[in-house]
Parts: sequence; structure tokens; C-alpha cells
Amino acid sequence: MNTLTRATSDSATMVGRQLRHMRRYPSLTIMLAGMPIVMLLLFVYVFGGAMGAGLGDAAAGPGNSGGTGGAGGRAAYLDYIVPGILLIAVAMVAQGTAIAVATDMTEGVIARFRTMDIARVSVLTGHVVGALVQTVVAVTIVVGVALLLGFRPSAGPLDWLAAAGLLAAVAFALTWLTVALGLVSDSVETASNTPMPLMFLPFLSSGFVPTDTLPTGLRWFAEYQPFTPMSEALRGLLMGTGAGDSAVPALAWCAVIALASYIWAKRLYNRRSAG
Amino acid sequence: MTPHPPPAAITATGLRKTFGDHVVLDGIDLDVPAGTIFSLLGPNGAGKTTVVKILSTLTAADGGRARILGHDLAAEPDAVRAAIGVTGQYAAVDGLLTGEENLMLMGNLHRLGRRRARRRTADLLERFDLVDAAGKPASTYSGGMRRRLDLAMTLMGEPRLIFLDEPTTGLDPRSRRGMWDITRELVADGVTVFLTTQYLEEADRLADRIAVLDHGSIVAQGTADELKRRIPGGHIRLRFAAAHALDAASRTLGGARDDAALALQVPSDGGVESLRALLDRADAASIEIEELSVHTPDLDDVFLALTGHSSTADNEAKAA
Repeated sequence: MNTLTRATSDSATMVGRQLRHMRRYPSLTIMLAGMPIVMLLLFVYVFGGAMGAGLGDAAAGPGNSGGTGGAGGRAAYLDYIVPGILLIAVAMVAQGTAIAVATDMTEGVIARFRTMDIARVSVLTGHVVGALVQTVVAVTIVVGVALLLGFRPSAGPLDWLAAAGLLAAVAFALTWLTVALGLVSDSVETASNTPMPLMFLPFLSSGFVPTDTLPTGLRWFAEYQPFTPMSEALRGLLMGTGAGDSAVPALAWCAVIALASYIWAKRLYNRRSAG
Repeated sequence: MTPHPPPAAITATGLRKTFGDHVVLDGIDLDVPAGTIFSLLGPNGAGKTTVVKILSTLTAADGGRARILGHDLAAEPDAVRAAIGVTGQYAAVDGLLTGEENLMLMGNLHRLGRRRARRRTADLLERFDLVDAAGKPASTYSGGMRRRLDLAMTLMGEPRLIFLDEPTTGLDPRSRRGMWDITRELVADGVTVFLTTQYLEEADRLADRIAVLDHGSIVAQGTADELKRRIPGGHIRLRFAAAHALDAASRTLGGARDDAALALQVPSDGGVESLRALLDRADAASIEIEELSVHTPDLDDVFLALTGHSSTADNEAKAA
């Protein structure tokens, strides 16, 4: 059996292992979707009226332009923040992955895998693919709730496909990053804390408020951090106006994060193998 | 006697490992014939687990060479991994999966094919008395059950050499005896077992050969009997009701006095003849003996004699 078929078959086995974990404990996946939903409700119903009124015409969806607070403002803000909430959902799942990887590393079963003649990286690919499946579930639930609340995207089928692809790319990149963070943590507790910045970064992007409403320093940071092009591209696709200029930086960020994290994770995994 | 000795399962020369300034292994030589139980005996921190980690490809040695079942450890780690199984001190099971799923997972990773994996899973669940618990998550298992599942998982790949790294540490006496029985069965099937333990009794009962590891060096190697013969630990201990009896006995029989306990230790091989001779001499001198106990040399004496300190695990072993 050549190396590639072996790696594929071992990875498939490890993905099966992750899916069994998820099926056995669906509460984790549901919790991962639940947090973004709570945020969505909070932002739309508590802050939504005021925030929607503050959105410039340019930022508001086409059907809601000129909203003057109240229901119109809230609906406009709902349309505005769904991309940000979806990124939060992706980051939540990624955070869960860091915990799962760190937990795995404390269990002897990983040491067992390392003494077996199997493709080493398969343990990590199992986590990444498992997390992608979890992301699909979480994002679908969040989109469903948003639609129930009155989210009215004007995306065509191709836009939806592109949006799904973009979210998958973000999830892929963030998951490799959190796999590495899970590996670098010396305990499960640390692993649940280190990815915290990932949860905050979407707030410091254009995901929740337009960046030109931010003070200078923060605005500069927001405009150059990865979550801004990601949420801009996602919002463009969902609103049917296309990803525009944000597509390339968004995908470039994903590629850079994924590649660097993959190399980092692989090195960490092999080094911990030696320990 | 066969004309050719059985091929070696493990040959290692000069294995060295240091962590920073700390020398964990200081040139270890090992020679384990196939189809035997070899025990690496030593207290906590002696370097036993490091030896297992090196020989099972988990960590690289800083020096020395080893061949495992004919494969060079450094040059062909994958071939070594394909031939060995490791069951560590901490049960290497997936707690979220059921016992059956854990075994099927191993079956898939060993590419047994669905039907063979199912059959072997059923066999092993039966053999390790896990049929009733097969559908429950391994995290709900008792310590002994986890250890049995762990070993069953190791056996899924039909390894020819199994490393048992302190397989009974923390187990209750009944589970420990169960593990011993299983270990003996493995060897009866032709498997080689490399057992590390801090329990002298375990090495004594199971191992064909024992190597005593202390501070990263092997201080003695041989069968349990050979090791015991190397030290003069056997004696008879006599206790007396009064000091004058102890004085009289000490004059007549020699030996080492323990005045505080009113006791005397007389060297002896512990046999009936020497015991009778001793009692006859005591009778002839009209010495009244309050209490008598026979102490035959055990591996603890060996350990003490070889290393100059007692096995730290000794009390635990006796308590368990």
C-alpha cells in the first residue's frame, strides 16, 4: 500500500472516530451553535434598534436603506451582522477543536497511535475534518435561526455556494490553527483559553460595526486584520453584491493561516511524539 | 535442545538517553530471546518507561543501537511499529468510544478488513471478559477493565512482541492476578513479552529473565533463581522471652543479635534439615525460644544487595 492511500485510509478511520465522538455527545455541537445564536439574539434585539439606526446607507442592505431605528433599523442590523455571527460560529467550533485535541493528547490513546504503523498526521486530519462537519452543522443551524428572525439574504445559488466555500476555507484555516494551539497547550484548561482571541477578533472587525465608526487606532487594526475581509466578502456574497475586493485578501489570509498552522501543528505533533 | 538458539526479539547495545544534564539511561544492553517474558525491574524513576519508549519508537535514543525482531530501530521504525504492540501504564483507550468501537478502531487501523475485524473483536471481548461491557463507553470502565481493553486493543494487530509497561500498577490484587494469567497465555501463544514492573513479586512470578535497572544502569541480569543465588539473604529469626536466653543462644548459635527486640538472626538456607539441626542445638543448650520465623531470600533482598537501597515500591507491593 503506498503512502498516500495509507494516509487516506487512516485519516478516514480517524474521521470516523471523531464523528462517533460527536454522535455520542451531540450536546457539544449544539452548544457550539447555541452560543452564536445567543449572541445573534442579543445583538439584534438588545442592541439592534440603536445599531441599525447608526448604520450608514452604504452599509445597510438595499431593502432597508434609510431605516430610522425601530423595526427597520433592527432588520437592517440583522442583515449586517449575520456574516460576523457566522464567523463567530466558525471560531467557536475551532475553539472546541483546540479543547478536543488537548484532551486527546492527555489520553494514552494518542501514544498508542504513535506506536502503530499508521500515517501520523491522520490523527490531526481526523480532528480537522471532524471540525469541518461540526462547522457545517453549526453554521446551518445559525443560518436557519437567522432566517426565522427575518434575515433576508439576496444571494443567488452561486453566491450561496461561494459563501459556503469561503466559510469552509475560514473553518479549515482556523481549525488547523486551533489544532496547533491544542497541541502547544500543556493542559486542557490552557487549550480552552488560548483560542479566546479568535472569539474577540470578529468584534474588532467590520463584522459588527462598520470600521469607519471606530477610533483611529482601532480602525487601523480592524481594517488590516483577517476577519474584516472575511466578513466583508461573506456579507457581499450573502447580499448578492459579490465578494468584491475582499475576496482575494480573505482567501489569502485563509491560505496563510492554514499553511503556517499546518506546518506548526505537524511539527508540534511529531515533537510531542518524542516526549 | 534445539541446535539453534531461538532468534532474539530484542537486542540492544549501549542505549543512552539524557534529558538536559540528567542521564536517564547510561548505556543499556538487552538481549531478549523470542517467545519469553523478559522483565525490566526497577523503582520509579529508574528509567524503565524510557527504555520502553525508545524500543517502541516513541522516542529516539541519544546513543546505542537496537534491533527489534530483526529490524533496525533507527532505520526501519515503521517495520518495528508493524510488529510490536504497546500497553502502557496509563490505559491507552479512547474513553468516548465503547469497548467494541475501540477494538474495531484498532482493526481498521491494522487494515484487517471488516469481517476479520469483527471476528477478532468478538473473540477478544470474550477472552478478556468484556462481553457485557462491550457497548458501554470505555470511560465508564473500572481500572482493571480498562487495562484489559487496552491489552485487547494491542492484540488486535497480532503483534509478535508486546511491551507491557507496568501493566498492574494501581490494580487491585484480583485484577493483577488476571493480568498475570493473560500474560502467561500470551507467551504460550508464542508472543514475546517485555514487561516493566516495580513489583518484585510480579517479575519473580512471570519473567523468564529479569534485568534490574537502577539509576539508568542495569545492575544485574538473570533468572529469578540466579539473582536470588547471588545474595546470602536467607536466615532464621529467633525471639526470646528474656535477655539471658538471648545471650545463651548467641553464644551457642552465633548470628546477629538484635538486643532491643530480644531477637537473633541465624544464617540459614531455610531448609527443614538446617532448621532441625538448629533446634536440636538450642534444645541441647536448654535455650527456650519464644518465637521462630524462617526468612528465605526474595527479590527484595536481591534489590537491596544490588543497589544498596530498597525498592521504593516494596511497601505498595506488599499492601496490594
